Amino acid sequence: MGIQTWTFIIVGITFALYIGIAIWSRAGSTKEFYIAGGGVSPLANGLATAADWMSAASFLGMAGIIAFSGYDGSVYLMGWTGGYVLLALLLAPYLRKFGKFTVPDFIGDRYYSNVARTVAVVAALFVSFTYVAGQMRGVGVVFSRFLDVEVNTGVYIGMAVVLFYAFLGGMKGITYTQVAQYCVLIFAFMVPAIFISIMATGNPIPQLGFGSAGEDGVYLLDKLDGLMTELGFTAYTDGTKSKTDVFFITAALMMGTAGLPHVIIRFFTVPKVKDARKSAGYALLFIAILYTTAPAIAVFARTNLMETVQNTPYKEIPSWFTKWEDTGLIAWTDKNGDGKIQYLPGSAIEGKKPQFIEGRADFGQRKITNPSTTANELYVDRDITVLANPEIAGLPNWIIALVAAGGLAAALSTAAGLLLVISTSISHDLIKKQLARDISDKKELLIARLSAVLAVIVAGYFGINPPGFVASVVALAFGLAASSFFPAIVMGIFSKRMNREGAISGMVAGLAITTYYIARFKLGWVGNPETSGADNWWFGISPEGFGTVGMLVNFAVALVISQFTSPPPQKVQEIVENIRIPSGAGDASNH
Amino acid sequence: MELSQRKKYWRENLKYLAILLVIWFLVSYGFGILLVDELNTIRLGGFKLGFWFAQQGSIYVFVLLIFVYVRLMNKLDKKYKVNE
Repeated sequence: MGIQTWTFIIVGITFALYIGIAIWSRAGSTKEFYIAGGGVSPLANGLATAADWMSAASFLGMAGIIAFSGYDGSVYLMGWTGGYVLLALLLAPYLRKFGKFTVPDFIGDRYYSNVARTVAVVAALFVSFTYVAGQMRGVGVVFSRFLDVEVNTGVYIGMAVVLFYAFLGGMKGITYTQVAQYCVLIFAFMVPAIFISIMATGNPIPQLGFGSAGEDGVYLLDKLDGLMTELGFTAYTDGTKSKTDVFFITAALMMGTAGLPHVIIRFFTVPKVKDARKSAGYALLFIAILYTTAPAIAVFARTNLMETVQNTPYKEIPSWFTKWEDTGLIAWTDKNGDGKIQYLPGSAIEGKKPQFIEGRADFGQRKITNPSTTANELYVDRDITVLANPEIAGLPNWIIALVAAGGLAAALSTAAGLLLVISTSISHDLIKKQLARDISDKKELLIARLSAVLAVIVAGYFGINPPGFVASVVALAFGLAASSFFPAIVMGIFSKRMNREGAISGMVAGLAITTYYIARFKLGWVGNPETSGADNWWFGISPEGFGTVGMLVNFAVALVISQFTSPPPQKVQEIVENIRIPSGAGDASNH
Repeated sequence: MELSQRKKYWRENLKYLAILLVIWFLVSYGFGILLVDELNTIRLGGFKLGFWFAQQGSIYVFVLLIFVYVRLMNKLDKKYKVNE
């Protein structure tokens, strides 16, 4: 059977499974809709959190980013895992004990202020929308790549599926489909990785494989470093970013992870405080399986690429090369006219993507209109690192189809988790808590469902018409989460003295300075664009890493302001006392 | 629960957090970033040690840290009878 048929079959089966689970786990109350009734086992919650966390970008993109940035890629590996330690130790157990439905619930109650609640809602909505737009786009891209449909059609199909189970089941439906989605995505990621590792080094464990030697007895990483330095690239195991920047980016990603609302609310779904701690451990374990395999795939793929293409005549290139050239993910221009591929440092093209035109050049390669003046002749899209794996390893068609299903599972699970945060923010934090306090549970549930529909439509709109800044807003999402939620929640738990005035001014200051910095140096919306280059960064910190500074500003402002204003009321201090003791967590309540 | 007991419980919790977070900082920001060049002179099979910590070791330690924390806290909860 062809790849196409297999893909339809496997994607069809997985979608039927998700929809079946959604029907089985319909939500009957707001408690089920918001936090799955609070009865999810730590293991199931760990699996769901892992699927929630790992997006299409983790599944398809991360190995590629690492393959093409070497040591610098470590910021994502450490940043997107280390945050779970902070979650488990500093946030999750206490927020579970607090026992409400949302992050703005905590901020609003702990800081006895609807202003604080509103700042939190706005930040939660903003962070989730920026994030979800990319996910819906990801669903479309995966569809178009594997099923030969338009990207937009893919977005529509994705919207329909997510809508179905988010509308019916809320958090309950999402949780159990995410459990299934994790199994699909990790299987799809690991099978090709194991085969590639065996091919490259004879070791079936990729994590060990990329530290082993190939058939020639040379360690793989040494070989790769050698290949790269010989051609003028920086050695793979050395980075090009400054130490300061690596430090700040890693920190921003860690604190951002710990402050993302769609991750935090997952810990409201377990029955007890100790379950919240344990499920954070499970979540990180399941995430680590993929995150420790990705750098191995990166090394295998990069070595394979360097060895296969360098000075190889185009006529003798393996078939995967021309196949991905046909899809536009690889482009080659024979700049020196020798018919061989030269892969060197520097971009092979002007701009971000190769612009293809009709017709073939001398050796049968596709023509592009925008080659650059550097000696590098080869453009490679980073996404092929994972996509091309099964073919390079010569795996059967059904595994290629499985990778498609895995990519879709990753994108859908993350999108669903984010959409739930958006609909909850609207129905619970805005309507129930601020605008119409006395609505019944049934009515609130209906509003929650309608908000989910609205959120899917808006997310779908952004997926079809991606705002130009989507790629850069991931930095913004993490930066904002790090500079707003993380400090506000941590101080709310660990300081009894922290008050309304301190927390609000801290959040506003952190958000403002981070937004300004990213608008100034990443988006070029404010200030002179000519001075927005890396030379003008404050302390050499890139916009991606600036969330760390925003977080420090938040802490500093909050601590100073709270010293000059009155301490929180007795009742609030009792809340803090109470959340520090794990017993008596009971059920989350809607009051 | 008595106020003094609560305080003791909280203080022990903070002590665990401090120790675990020092290790968290050390394996990632320490070994993986600040000391990476020094550690890269040491080899672990085919890996330079600093590179290994940045792309593998730190993640393994993170997972371990959470499960150690779970164990420590379960014991502490039992000791102060706040377990469920």
